[in-house]
Amino acid sequence: MPQSAEHVLDHFDLFRGPEYQQMLANKKKMFENPRDPAEVERIREWAKTPEYREKNFAREALTVNPAKACQPLGAVFAAVGFEQTIPFVHGSQGCVAYYRSHLSRHFKEPSSCVSSSMTEDAAVFGGLNNMIDGLANTYNMYKPKMIAVSTTCMAEVIGDDLNAFIKTSKEKGSVPAEYDVPFAHTPAFVGSHVTGYDNALKGIIEHFWDGKAGTAPKLERVANDKVNFIGGFDGYTVGNMREVKRIFGLMGVDYTILADNSEVFDTPTDGEFRMYDGGTTLEEAANAINAKATISMQEYCTEKTLPLIAAHGQEVVAFNHPVGVSATDNFLMALSRITGKPIPEELARERGRLVDAMADSAAHIHGKKFAIYGDPDLCLGLAGFLLELGAEPTHILATNGGKAWAEKVQALLDSSPFGKNCHVYPGKDLWHMRSLLFTEPVDFLIGNTYGKYLERDTGTPLIRIGFPIFDRHHHHRYPVWGYQGGLNVLVWILDRIFESIDATTNVPAKSDYSFDIIR
Amino acid sequence: MSLSPTLSVAEIKTRNKELIEEVLKVYPEKTAKRRAKHLNVHQEGKPDCGVKSNIKSIPGVMTIRGCAYAGSKGVVWGPIKDMIHISHGPVGCGQYSWAARRNYYIGTTGIDTFVTMQFTSDFQEKDIVFGGDKKLAKIMDEIQELFPLNNGITVQSECPIGLIGDDIEAVSKAKSKEYEGKTIVPVRCEGFRGVSQSLGHHIANDAIRDWVFDKITPDSTPRFEPTPYDVAIIGDYNIGGDAWSSRILLEEMGLRVIAQWSGDGSLAELEATPKAKLNVLHCYRSMNYISRHMEEKYGIPWCEYNFFGPSKIAESLRKIASYFDDKIKEGAERVIEKYQPLMDAVIAKYRPRLEGKTVMLFVGGLRPRHVIGAYEDLGMEVVGTGYEFGHNDDYQRTAQHYVKDGTLIYDDVTGYEFEKFVEKIQPDLVGSGIKEKYVFQKMGVPFRQMHSWDYSGPYHGYDGFAIFARDMDMAINSPVWKKTKAPWKTEAQPLLQAAE
Repeated sequence: MPQSAEHVLDHFDLFRGPEYQQMLANKKKMFENPRDPAEVERIREWAKTPEYREKNFAREALTVNPAKACQPLGAVFAAVGFEQTIPFVHGSQGCVAYYRSHLSRHFKEPSSCVSSSMTEDAAVFGGLNNMIDGLANTYNMYKPKMIAVSTTCMAEVIGDDLNAFIKTSKEKGSVPAEYDVPFAHTPAFVGSHVTGYDNALKGIIEHFWDGKAGTAPKLERVANDKVNFIGGFDGYTVGNMREVKRIFGLMGVDYTILADNSEVFDTPTDGEFRMYDGGTTLEEAANAINAKATISMQEYCTEKTLPLIAAHGQEVVAFNHPVGVSATDNFLMALSRITGKPIPEELARERGRLVDAMADSAAHIHGKKFAIYGDPDLCLGLAGFLLELGAEPTHILATNGGKAWAEKVQALLDSSPFGKNCHVYPGKDLWHMRSLLFTEPVDFLIGNTYGKYLERDTGTPLIRIGFPIFDRHHHHRYPVWGYQGGLNVLVWILDRIFESIDATTNVPAKSDYSFDIIR
Repeated sequence: MSLSPTLSVAEIKTRNKELIEEVLKVYPEKTAKRRAKHLNVHQEGKPDCGVKSNIKSIPGVMTIRGCAYAGSKGVVWGPIKDMIHISHGPVGCGQYSWAARRNYYIGTTGIDTFVTMQFTSDFQEKDIVFGGDKKLAKIMDEIQELFPLNNGITVQSECPIGLIGDDIEAVSKAKSKEYEGKTIVPVRCEGFRGVSQSLGHHIANDAIRDWVFDKITPDSTPRFEPTPYDVAIIGDYNIGGDAWSSRILLEEMGLRVIAQWSGDGSLAELEATPKAKLNVLHCYRSMNYISRHMEEKYGIPWCEYNFFGPSKIAESLRKIASYFDDKIKEGAERVIEKYQPLMDAVIAKYRPRLEGKTVMLFVGGLRPRHVIGAYEDLGMEVVGTGYEFGHNDDYQRTAQHYVKDGTLIYDDVTGYEFEKFVEKIQPDLVGSGIKEKYVFQKMGVPFRQMHSWDYSGPYHGYDGFAIFARDMDMAINSPVWKKTKAPWKTEAQPLLQAAE
C-alpha cells in the first residue's frame, strides 16, 4: 500500500506504484483487447512520415484538434467589456455553461452570462417566449445596465429573429422600452470566436449610434479629439489593457476603450464577489461616435466593426496584435499622427530597453525555427517579432485564418530574409501541425495549452502564448503589447530556450559540458 | 442533532426558510413561483427532500446546468478510450469539452487511444443548408485512413443535427457495413433535448444498448474464461484516477473487474459487460438505465455503492460482498482491515483541523449525497446541498441515507440563489464546479471543485480518501483566507493595537 497519511501521494505518484502498475497491465492484457504493441509502434512511426502527412493534408471533411472556438464565446467576451452588462445568449443553455467554464479556466475568474434555456418546444415553436421571460428574469435579478444578446447555432438554425424578439419582449414589458438590449446574430457554424467578438461589438456600437433599434434618434457625430481603442479577442486583455492605458496616459491621449473587460476578468479577492467591474460606460460607448479615430489592435476581430465606424466619418486604423519593436513603433506613430501628440521620451527609453534586451539575447534566438499557431492576428504579431529577432517562424497556422490572412502573412514573410523558408497554413488544425512538426521539425512551438499534446508527441518544446492557457497560471496578467509587452514575450521565449538547453544537458557524466551557469 | 454549535435545528430551519423567501423576492412573480418548488429545508423522516427536480431551467437565470451533448460526449462516451468520438456539428461544443474532465487513461494517444483529442465535423453554413450526412460519411473514411487502429466510432450530435434532419443512423449503418461490421454508434444527444445533461446520459446508455449490446451474438466466444467473481464497474469516470483506486479494492477482495465504465474503458469492456455476475454502480444518475437494462435482458443484478470516505467504503464493500460467497465476504473484511490503519492515521491527522467545519455542495450526478459521508468521517457537516440535474429518485436517496434534518436543499440552483445562500450561511467550504469556484473564492470562502477535484484526485477508495482529506484541509486552512481583508479595513485596527 503506497498511500500514507504522513506523505499523501497524488495521482502523479500513486499510480506509479507496483500495485497499480500490475493492476493496469492486467486490465489491459485481459480485458481491453489491446492492439498488438508492434502494430501500435508501426502506426506510430508511420504517422510521423511524409506519406502520412500527405494523407493528413488531403483531408477534406474531418477536423482534428482545431485551434478555434465558436462565435458566441467571442460575443460574451466582448459584451462583458461594457459597464454592468450581462451577456444573454439566446439558445440552449449548455452552450453558456461551456463559455463560462472556458473563460473561467483561462482567467481563473468568475464569468457571468445567462441563457434563454431553449429546449425541444422552443426548437419547434421558436424561442420567443424564452426571450420574453428570460429578459425579464435577467433584468430583475441581476439589475444590469445593459443586456447584450447573441445567439447559438440552435437559434440560428430555427431562424429566430432577435430584432423582432427584443421588440416584442419590450412590448410585453420584459424590460423598459428605452432599456439597452443590443444584439448580434452569432451562428456557431460561421467563422470563429473572433467573428463573434466582431459581430457583438458591432451590434453594441450600432445600437448606441444608430438609434437604439428604432427607440431613439440616430446620433449625429460632433467630432472631438478623442481616440477609440478596440483590443479584440485577447487572452492577455487584463495585462494588455492596463499597458495600453498607461501608454495613453504617458502620451496624454484622451481615449475611450470600446469593450474594456480588463477589470471584470481581474477582480480582487477581498471578501466581495463583483459580478460587474469596470467596463466601458454606456455613455462612453455612445459618445465614441464623436472620436477622431478608432484604433483596432486586431484587424480580424474587427472586420465588420471598423467599416461601420468608418461609415460614421471616423478614421479607422487596424493592427495585427502588434508584438515587438517595429509593431509597437507603428502603433505609437499612428497614435501620435492621429492625436498630434508627440511620443514621449519615456516611451523612447522603454523602446531602447527592449532593443537592449533583444541585443543581449538575440544570439540565443537567431536562426532558430519556430512553429506558431493561434488566432490570425496573434500569429501575425508573433511572427513579426520573431523575424525581428532573427528567428524563422517556419510554420504559421491558424484554423480560423482565411485566404486574405494567409496573403498578409506571406507578405510579412517576404519582407524579411528570415521568412524565406517559412510557410503559412490557413484553415488547418493541430493534427496538421503534428505532421508538419514531424516532417519539417522546428526548435520551438508557440501556442496555447493544447500544444502540450504536440510537445509530448513530437518533442518540440512549447512556449505558451495564446488562448486558452489553462495549465499555467497568471500569464494573462502580463501585457504582450507595447515595449514592455515585447519584453515579456522575449523573456517567455528565452526562459523556454534555456530550460530546454538545461534539460537536454543535465545528465551527469554524459553531458557535463554545455550545462552552463553563464548564458 | 445540531447543524451548528450555536443554532438549534428549529432555528436553522427558520433561518433557511427565511433565506428561501428572501431570494425568491428578487424574481418576477411567475419565476418566483416556479423557483419556489426547487428550494426547501429537509424534514427528517420525509421520503424525499421536498423539492421538484428534472424540470426545465428558467430562461434568463444563471443555471449551472449543461446539455444532453455534455451528458453523452462529455460524460458517458468521451472516456471510452479506443473509440473516436466525433463532435458532430459546429466546432464549439467539441472545443469546450476537449480534455476538460480529467478522465485518466493509459494508451498511445492518437494511435490506439483518443480521449484527449477533439474530432469535429466543424459544420459550416453550407452543411446546415445542404445537410451533413455526406460530410459525415467522408469523415468516417478519413478517420479509417488516418487512425486505422481505432476500435470504433461514435457520432455525438450537436444541436443543428436534429434540427436539419440529418440521418446519422443511416450513415452509421452504411459505414459499419462497409467496414465489415465496425462498431459505429450514432448518438442523438443534441443539446436542446431534455432539460439538462441528464437526458444525454440516458440517450448515451440507450445507444450502448442498441448499437453495442444488440450487435453481440449471444453465443460469441468470450475473450476470457468467465469466473463466478466477474463484476463490472459502472458509472465511474476515472476523474484523477478514481476508477483505479476503486478497482484495486474490488480486486483485493477477490473479485475480477472485467469492465470499467466509462473511465479508462474500451469497446471490448463494454461488450464484455453482459457476462458480469454483478454490475457495481457508482454514479446511479448517469448509468442506472443501462444497469436496469442488463438486469432485465441478461439477468445481471446491480448494486449501488459509495467509495467516498471509510464509513461508506466499508459499508459498500460489505454490500457488494453480500452478492457473493464467503470467500468474497472474507475478502471484503480483509480489505477493510488492511486499510483501517491508513484511515485511522488520515483521520487522526486531519479531523482535528476540520472538526465542526461546515460545507455547502452543489454538484451533479451522485456527489451531492455521496460525498457527505466522507465529510462526516472528517467531523464536518454538510449544511446545504443540491443537484444540477438530479431526479426525484436522487432526492429520495439523499433524504433517506444522507442529509440531516434542516439541511438547505436547492435543486438546479441559480447563480443568484447560490451566492445569497453562501453569503448568509457562511460555510467553511463550498464544493461545486469551475463556474462557481471563483465567485466564492472572491467572497473569501474556500472552495473545491467537486466535479473534477480541481487538478487533484483520486478521491474514491481508501487511497483517494487520503487525498480528499488532505485537499479539504488545504482548502479550508490555507493561510490565504486570512488575508482577504486589508488590515486597515478591519474595525479593530489590529496593527495599532499590536503597536501598543
